Amino acid sequence: MIRFQGVGKEYPRTGIALSHITFHVRKGEFAFLTGPSGSGKSTILKLAYMEEKPSHGDVRVSGLSARGASRREIAKLRRKLGIVFQDFRLLEDRSAEANVAFALEVTDTPKAAIQPKVHRVLAQVGLASKATSFPRELSGGEQQRVAIARALVNDPFVLIADEPTGNLDDRATRGIFQLLRDINATGTAVLMATHDLDLVRRTDHRVIELNHGRIVYDSAEAPADAPAGPIQGDTE
Amino acid sequence: MRLATREALTGFRKSPLLSVLGIVTIAFSLFAFGLFALVALNIRSALRTVEERVEIRAFVADGTSPEAIATAMGDIGSFPEVLRVTYVSPEEALVRAKRELREFSDVFESGFLPGSMDIRLRPGFRDPTTVKAVAERASTYEFVDDVRYGQEWVEKLYRLRTLATFAGLALGAAFALVAVIIIGATIRTAVLARSREIAIMRLVGATDGFVRMPFLIDGFVKGVLGGLLALAMTWFASETISRHMIRTEFFDARIAALGVLAGALIGLLGSLFSVGRHLKEV
Ligand SMILES: Nc1ncnc2c1ncn2[C@@H]1O[C@H](COP(=O)(O)OP(=O)(O)O)[C@@H](O)[C@H]1O
Ligand SMILES: [Mg+2]
Repeated sequence: MIRFQGVGKEYPRTGIALSHITFHVRKGEFAFLTGPSGSGKSTILKLAYMEEKPSHGDVRVSGLSARGASRREIAKLRRKLGIVFQDFRLLEDRSAEANVAFALEVTDTPKAAIQPKVHRVLAQVGLASKATSFPRELSGGEQQRVAIARALVNDPFVLIADEPTGNLDDRATRGIFQLLRDINATGTAVLMATHDLDLVRRTDHRVIELNHGRIVYDSAEAPADAPAGPIQGDTE
Repeated sequence: MRLATREALTGFRKSPLLSVLGIVTIAFSLFAFGLFALVALNIRSALRTVEERVEIRAFVADGTSPEAIATAMGDIGSFPEVLRVTYVSPEEALVRAKRELREFSDVFESGFLPGSMDIRLRPGFRDPTTVKAVAERASTYEFVDDVRYGQEWVEKLYRLRTLATFAGLALGAAFALVAVIIIGATIRTAVLARSREIAIMRLVGATDGFVRMPFLIDGFVKGVLGGLLALAMTWFASETISRHMIRTEFFDARIAALGVLAGALIGLLGSLFSVGRHLKEV
């Protein structure tokens, strides 16, 4: 699935962003990536969807190694990943359904197959009635649902979410989080970066905590009776 | 493909001024080339007419015996390049000179008109080199004073044609380069204007080829439009010259299509150079 093995990442100007990152997200798993701002969460996700290449070690996703993966292979890999962001990244001049359909149109999906798929995922995220609304006509939570629908429409095996609730109020945050759990319940793995500790504490999902570009805690590695670790500590 | 075409058209909407400029530059590039090509083409057909009329005149010394002339004519007539040889007597020469005194005016003015053997060459043997070779052989007869043929004229035309071809190529290439740069700039603008869409396309797994396609179509369409515009401009120029100066010949359909294709190629090159570079930035 997603396997980081001794990964280090250095950026040209800012230097070392990650070092000695090793973890494995399994099929169908739900894992949080937490840590203060600048700790390297987004960088790990970028490595996972191969927007960035590791400076050291290797990242393997669904059997594809980041070392020597061609741009074409990466494009093909991304069709099996769903990716969502804090800022939704919707096209403002297109309706909700057109935004979702876009992901299919640009990946050689037969035209006849597009409409049914779009309607299915919009229903899945609870937006069937707002299919023709434009992003500016939708609340933040609804916009994120459109983005999630777009991420789901190619039936990904994992949903990669970078602070998906970062721009949302409490109510919307809970709604989106529940949606991600529902999606996970259907068998799709979820790897979600967040610094919202309330959210993390509310569940018993796996937690990988970062600080200064290193993993300081991984609940999958910790002994079963260990305290909840630095989660209660001084993040942020 | 339909999607790509639709996307390509947004290039025109997003930056109409630069788009038009790109098309016009391509048009000028091909127009410059087309004009000189037209000159070369018309010189070539002029050459063909001149070649058809090419005649070698071997002037015979006064008092040469008719037998010697007949023998020489028999010899020359048997050259494989020669179509026929006719003898023009001094009297006939005078009549003819009055008709076309321009080309042989100096001979005419000398007050004496010599007889001549007029040699006509077979089609395909009328180029300057063959003409010269036959003329030289004709001049080996002792009684032949002088051999004349439209040498200078033919060679001048040949040189002019070469010059027109090179001038057209050079000017056309310069414009083509500018066109490639301008098309590149329009593509850059289009890429930046659509960087958000491109980023999302990438994210959901569109291939580079797919992302590139609308921009290539954009460049291709601009190139074809530029080519058609150039064709219209060249045709208009040719018509104007035909009407007010000399009758000119226009390109045949194959050459015209080739010109439009060249436009498409320039447009495609412009977007290819630009799109690869700028897609990496977004
Ligand atoms: N594109 C980039 N170029 C240079 N440095 C970067 C880039 N992205 C992130 N960084 C640096 O890497 C470190 C980790 O950043 P990031 O992964 O965004 O952290 P987080 O998502 O946890 O806030 C930071 O120090 C940041 O400045
Ligand atoms: Mg981040």
